[in-house]
Amino acid sequence: MTIIETEDLRREFIVRAKAGRFTRTKKVVAAVDGISCSIAEGESVGYIGANGAGKSTTIKMLTGILVPTSGRVTTCGLPPVERRKDLARQIGVVFGQRTQLWWDLPLRESFTILGAIHRIGARAAADRIDQLVAELELAEFLDTPVRQLSLGQRMRGEVAAALAHRPRLLILDEPTIGLDMISKERLRQFLVAERAERGTTLLLTTHDMGDIERLCERVLVVDQGQLVHDGALGELRRTVALDRTMVVDYAEPQPPHEIPGTERVGYEIDGLRQSYRFHPTQTTAAKVVTEASRFGEVRDLTLQEPAIEDIVRTLYGARGSA
Amino acid sequence: MARLRSQMVYRTSFVLNVIGTFFTGLIEFVEIYVLLATAPIFGGLTLPEASLVFALSSVSFGLADMVFGQMDSLPSFIKQGQLESFLTKPLRLVPQMITSTVQLRRLARVLLGVITFAIAVPHAGIAWSPVMVGVVVGALVFGTTIFSALFVLAGGCQFWLINGTEFTNAFVYGGKYVSQLPGPVLLTPIRVFFTFVVPATVTTYLPVLILLDKPGPALLPQVLGWGAPLFAVWAWVLALVVWRAGVRKYTGAGG
Repeated sequence: MTIIETEDLRREFIVRAKAGRFTRTKKVVAAVDGISCSIAEGESVGYIGANGAGKSTTIKMLTGILVPTSGRVTTCGLPPVERRKDLARQIGVVFGQRTQLWWDLPLRESFTILGAIHRIGARAAADRIDQLVAELELAEFLDTPVRQLSLGQRMRGEVAAALAHRPRLLILDEPTIGLDMISKERLRQFLVAERAERGTTLLLTTHDMGDIERLCERVLVVDQGQLVHDGALGELRRTVALDRTMVVDYAEPQPPHEIPGTERVGYEIDGLRQSYRFHPTQTTAAKVVTEASRFGEVRDLTLQEPAIEDIVRTLYGARGSA
Repeated sequence: MARLRSQMVYRTSFVLNVIGTFFTGLIEFVEIYVLLATAPIFGGLTLPEASLVFALSSVSFGLADMVFGQMDSLPSFIKQGQLESFLTKPLRLVPQMITSTVQLRRLARVLLGVITFAIAVPHAGIAWSPVMVGVVVGALVFGTTIFSALFVLAGGCQFWLINGTEFTNAFVYGGKYVSQLPGPVLLTPIRVFFTFVVPATVTTYLPVLILLDKPGPALLPQVLGWGAPLFAVWAWVLALVVWRAGVRKYTGAGG
């Protein structure tokens, strides 16, 4: 069954710019420029693109916050703006940069209020909340006011809040932004488990390729308001090199070293810093580190994930030449 | 209830706010007192009579401000992304906004109004009857309704104005100020504006005219006071039309 369907979806904004002392020009900018896609119930889809590519605008149209300039959009079988309230009962939304929790209240009370807003019975709400509290490990700060929570704690609270009413569709707008590796990993593990158990459809925007690789089966890439790629994650992997780069800082200057399964892409400051590019299927970060430390004392390490911007550029280049 | 409790989290701040609100109101009353201490009649009313106007205004505005006072801070709801969060909930916007923070501290102003009323009534010489009690109750009900509408109207305007609180304050707090004064002291254009466009005088001065059985100045006859329900309906129609249009503009449905 289709849960999200868009057809030639378009949204324009009018940008006014100062042209002369008294004159101003109007310019119509299409933030979303004819996107057609269809997402089936139970899919997990990553929606990626550079900043300003039109991701958030699309999400706002899917959730009924913005009216499309033209085109058609159906979410959970409903027109989002006209049936906003009915739709809200079936979807959960998390905006990573914002909060939907009550700032001065403990998490527990935010959940109670949300239960009332969604008109879930007190018993059913309590059962669901207990489950989420256990799975997201919220118990130790359940009675702390939201403003005193760390970002990682708050984000887990936000996700729990979005899932409290058992939505069919979960939309996450940059859920892992600003989180440290451990918090990211916890959140991803939870989402994987949640989907396995309940089959919730997931639509996620992110700048973190790690999120995509762990959570998404399918990837939509948007650039300047248009879809430039729509396919399975494996397909994206084949099209674009999802390579990582390990930057190794040695304590002493070193000659150039080769590490199996990697390609050396950097040699700086007489070998004090050397970079190795590798594909996750060829070798692992741990192996690269082990190999590197054989050559000399390693002072520092950085692992660079592939940047979304690079992926988009590669895809855009491929489309441009096709 | 939980939202009310959240204001008690900062107890000291809450207490200071209550005291502050009370004294702000008190200073506004002193202004009227000073005027009437030098001139015995102010806009055709004596000190106790003018105090009644002030008292009704304080109670109605205080109640409306407590519940709807957040509406005119719409820009901060937009900036913090709260409005978008509200739009993803299965409720209408206005109830979500007003319940996001009910400002209990505004009760201080209501309290001030009640005290002023209690002190002024014995000196005002009102011929009490069940109808007169009804007029007082009506004044409070419709006064609160009208001021609430003004807050919603102010919120609606904010969809077009960036940092437009100065503009909306002119009729929200201007309306409050006007409602504290006897009608005749206002210049005629202002009197007309704050009666027929923004019905502020209807909330206080006109009911007091009925209570005291006084005729009222040009364009503001006592009989208009009986029209309070109509003015309340008008204020809400105006407020909701502007608010709806504002939401539509925000979501890009029109405009």
